[in-house]
Amino acid sequence: MGRFVLRRLVQAVPTLFGIMLLTFLLTRVSPADPVDIMVGGVTDLTAQDREAIREAYGLNRPLPFQFIEWTWGVVRLDFGQSFFSHRPAIQLIAERIPNSLQLAVAGLLVALAIGVPLGVLAALFRGGPVDHAIRVTSVLLNAIPDFFLGLLFVLVLGVQLRWFPIGSMNVVGESCGLCWDRVWHMVGPVLLYANGGIATYPRYLRTEILEILGQDYVRTARSKGLRERAVVIGHVLRNALIPIVSLFGGILTLVVGGAVVVEQVFNWPGLGRLLFEAANNKDYPVVQAAVVIGSVLLLLSYVLRDIAYAWVDPRIKTR
Amino acid sequence: MADVATTQARVVRPEPRRRSSGFWSDALWRVRHDPTTIAALVILGTLVVLALSADVLAERFFHISYSKQDLLNTYRKPSFDDAAWWLGSDRLGRSEVVRLLYGARVSLFIGVFGAAVSLVVGVSLGISAGYFRGWWDDVIVWLVSTLNSIPTLFLLIIVGLLFRLDPVSLAVFIGLLGWLGICNLSRGQTFALREREFVLAARAIGASPVRVMARHIFPNVLPLMIVVGMIDVGGIILAESALSYLGFGIQPPVPSWGNMLNGATQFLSRGPWLVYGPGIAISTTILCLYLVGDGLRDALDPRLKPSK
Repeated sequence: MGRFVLRRLVQAVPTLFGIMLLTFLLTRVSPADPVDIMVGGVTDLTAQDREAIREAYGLNRPLPFQFIEWTWGVVRLDFGQSFFSHRPAIQLIAERIPNSLQLAVAGLLVALAIGVPLGVLAALFRGGPVDHAIRVTSVLLNAIPDFFLGLLFVLVLGVQLRWFPIGSMNVVGESCGLCWDRVWHMVGPVLLYANGGIATYPRYLRTEILEILGQDYVRTARSKGLRERAVVIGHVLRNALIPIVSLFGGILTLVVGGAVVVEQVFNWPGLGRLLFEAANNKDYPVVQAAVVIGSVLLLLSYVLRDIAYAWVDPRIKTR
Repeated sequence: MADVATTQARVVRPEPRRRSSGFWSDALWRVRHDPTTIAALVILGTLVVLALSADVLAERFFHISYSKQDLLNTYRKPSFDDAAWWLGSDRLGRSEVVRLLYGARVSLFIGVFGAAVSLVVGVSLGISAGYFRGWWDDVIVWLVSTLNSIPTLFLLIIVGLLFRLDPVSLAVFIGLLGWLGICNLSRGQTFALREREFVLAARAIGASPVRVMARHIFPNVLPLMIVVGMIDVGGIILAESALSYLGFGIQPPVPSWGNMLNGATQFLSRGPWLVYGPGIAISTTILCLYLVGDGLRDALDPRLKPSK
């Protein structure tokens, strides 16, 4: 197991390098002069001032050199200062990650709590009306874009019926980690996070369960005289849930994947919203930091997923 | 997804006798006997026709252009009095119906063009990686895993931040970021195909690698790619509308379904109907594309059809 984890981590290194290279190149090929962006609307800037800024930020050195320097900074978690708030970019990100994580964890749990039973129901009553209804729902949920679903929630349940708050994390003036008020504000975004899982888990699980129901050991269990419930829970579900384990690595995928849109719809101050704000302000250090950190989280989630897989299903390791 | 399309087909009727025919006409026959796919195709076709005739419709039928502002009549409620206000007007008093039509043009164009770009890139990289293997394969795998680890929307936001995007360049960018799945699939298929006898035979009589890939491997990968490409169009439309919704995609005054939703959210309570139009348009389009993709998969490769 240790060797597998190690191998998987080593495999991630070239990818990490690729992420760094791409992020760096994309933000440096910018047609706009970084100095212009940095100084904002200042007009009485002399050529010497510009040179001084270039010198100070190392912008006059050759690109490969800048890349090495930037990489060295990133390794030490130093992404430079935000052009906008003049605070270290990494600090801004560190403040936001818990907020995104809170949504993602809750979203994953809700998705599992709804998706798994639906998958089991669909498989047990295959071909019946329940199965059809679940199938149609999941197809529909898959086709409706997250931001539309979110806007509908805000519009109907927030603006028109006033059942739920329409955005942000707490009522103005109040602030807490996880109190009733916060939970109230989380309902919308969490459901939106869970949407992807609710749409996809039942389908995977259904296929998986139907395959397992045909296995010899299920017939053996039945012929022993086990009750159907014991067969389904103890023998079928235990095996069918193996792929679901891998989804726990997917928490991080959710943090970055759904973050921008969901957090934008619900005005939730997380990582995605930070990227959105930074991009709007042309705050390059923060954009770079958000992209690199987001990608590393994603990469990490893939590694965790593979490890989780290998852990529950040792056959994978030998591949 | 396949399941919806196939539920109707589950009732096993004896297939009428017909002349045996080629692969493609067989596929066509199966599509013609799949009502869900036909319905989805009809809706898509209608959308395409409406989008293509947006200019004519705006001029002859709605009598208003997509950018005509009427600041005295902002947030006009939907009404049937005048064709131009069927779906109301937005915050600048522009006709929502006409803007939806033009938005369809933008979204469908980006979807199709972007999918074409990603198909070309994905298939050529995938097949060549699978065929040559070795260092070239390593490079492609590295590229795929790198791009896979950067959230696509993050990359698109950077791109939208750096360049002012028109539909063509946006489609190219989204296509250039969206070929990963296609590449993986065609690479996997090529791994299997290159060991087959007909490839060996072609090489034995001296066919060049390019010829083997183009004439012997590509046609075998094509059916699956058509299906994936169809579903890809939906994915790309989703990406475009998400990006435009966030304000980094297609810029006003050019309407796209995404940036219309962005406009609608500015005063949500004043014009709630502005959310429904673009949202329903996007959802319907994506749904139909998925259904058609599924129908095509069943038609092109009946073996993939779930038996239950």
